[in-house]
Amino acid sequence: MSDIKVTVKSDDGEKQHVFPSEMGLSLMECLKAEGYDILATCGGMALCATCHVEILEGYNQLSEPSSDEWAMLDTLPNITPTSRLSCQIKLNENCPDLKIIIRGEGQ
Amino acid sequence: MIQTDIAIIGAGPVGLFAVFEAGLLKMRCHLVDYLPQPGGQLSEIYPKKPIYDIPGFPIIYAQELVDNLLKQAEPFKPTFTLGERVEKLEKRAERDFLLTTHLGTQIQSKVVVIAGGLGCFEPRKPEVNGLERFENGKGINYMILDPEKYYDKTLVIAGGGDSALDWTIFLAGKVKKLTLIHRSENFRGAPESVRKVMELAQNGVIDLKLNSVISEVAGNGHLESVKIKNIKTQEETIIPTENLIPLFGLTPKLGPIAKWGLEIEDNAIKVNTEDYSTNIPGVYAIGDINTYKNKLKLILCGFHEAALMSHSAYKYINPGIKYTMKYTTVNGINPF
Ligand SMILES: Cc1cc2nc3c(=O)[nH]c(=O)nc-3n(C[C@H](O)[C@H](O)[C@H](O)COP(=O)(O)OP(=O)(O)OC[C@H]3O[C@@H](n4cnc5c(N)ncnc54)[C@H](O)[C@@H]3O)c2cc1C
Ligand code: FES
Repeated sequence: MSDIKVTVKSDDGEKQHVFPSEMGLSLMECLKAEGYDILATCGGMALCATCHVEILEGYNQLSEPSSDEWAMLDTLPNITPTSRLSCQIKLNENCPDLKIIIRGEGQ
Repeated sequence: MIQTDIAIIGAGPVGLFAVFEAGLLKMRCHLVDYLPQPGGQLSEIYPKKPIYDIPGFPIIYAQELVDNLLKQAEPFKPTFTLGERVEKLEKRAERDFLLTTHLGTQIQSKVVVIAGGLGCFEPRKPEVNGLERFENGKGINYMILDPEKYYDKTLVIAGGGDSALDWTIFLAGKVKKLTLIHRSENFRGAPESVRKVMELAQNGVIDLKLNSVISEVAGNGHLESVKIKNIKTQEETIIPTENLIPLFGLTPKLGPIAKWGLEIEDNAIKVNTEDYSTNIPGVYAIGDINTYKNKLKLILCGFHEAALMSHSAYKYINPGIKYTMKYTTVNGINPF
């Protein structure tokens, strides 16, 4: 199994991380583990939308959002055409390399 | 001014259980919460989810637990100020605290218990200049506290989630004119609500603007109109309206609690685990809002903290008076 490269774009530039794909972690969990300030109030249940990310590269290779995820994304004022909830993106062998911007709320 | 023994900031599960524990010791409570309903995270974020780690309940739904806690507290007649955020905490003397909310409501108490969870649930706001000019009674609200207020008025609701859909359905036909603005091309929430909203739009009961965002708000003192922009065609339209309600969900923010002189660590209040007291005598912090070594942000831990806090608060309020703990099986419940 290969690892997944995730590039995070922010005001400070771009930073690339390599996350393992065999543990089935979510993108939200990996970003938090790297120290990114993401509230993730609901702990990954697609119920709070604080883990909102915009996918700059790799969006079309991801599996479709569930109806719960769509419903939650639709509540956001700053949704973009390639918005996702990072807790709903599982980093497994089907997950492409990604480039993202974190759009959700931190502490 | 409201007067009580214990003022509780936060009507989540832990604040609600504190009413019961305080009631057993004959102390009266008043709760304040920024949310329009009690229940904290349980009713705001996951009302329909099952919880499996409440002692004695192999499974209980979050809203059911809140309803049970309200029922359990009922004999002790708690009073509530909902939809208001506590902005100021002042200690005027021992056993004399004054809380002030953002709407100016004042609560005087002998003890203050902060059960503020992850902080105050604050509405997400759209990025539009000058929104704050029309907040606090001048046309823009982020929560619907009393829907009757909008009857016979003009109203624009912005948002595409369940609460935007539900309120649109509820208020359609009751208000003078209702426009729903949504950023996307379609709604992907609860199918039944989506069907109803589409039907209301087709029958001309509401005006539905899809692919649209609010770009400007205008008015002289009070809101008079909003400008919306179609993000596909860039076309702009002005909609005259007395009210705008952006419904984009809520996220918790520590907020005013950080400014009250309490010891804060990692966005939580440091407490003494003997009784969950803070660095200010007479002020306690229980539930998700506090921190100590090995803290677990669990409902059951908050319940335990509420019990220990109540006994310490009793001693603080009644110095010198001895109290021996009695079981509820022995003593029963003595309602106020
Ligand atoms: C999706 C999800 C699932 C969970 N599952 C479980 C589980 O299975 N088991 C478990 O034990 N725990 C679970 N939890 C955690 C549990 O919900 C919390 O531990 C619990 O809600 C804490 O209760 P509380 O009363 O301390 O705070 P909260 O429920 O957060 O309530 C605090 C209240 O205080 C209010 N407030 C804060 N500041 C102010 C202010 N200045 N003025 C006015 N009001 C204010 C807030 O608006 C809020 O309503 C879960 C949490 C989530 C989000
Ligand atoms: S963590 Fe709450 S929606 Fe993703």
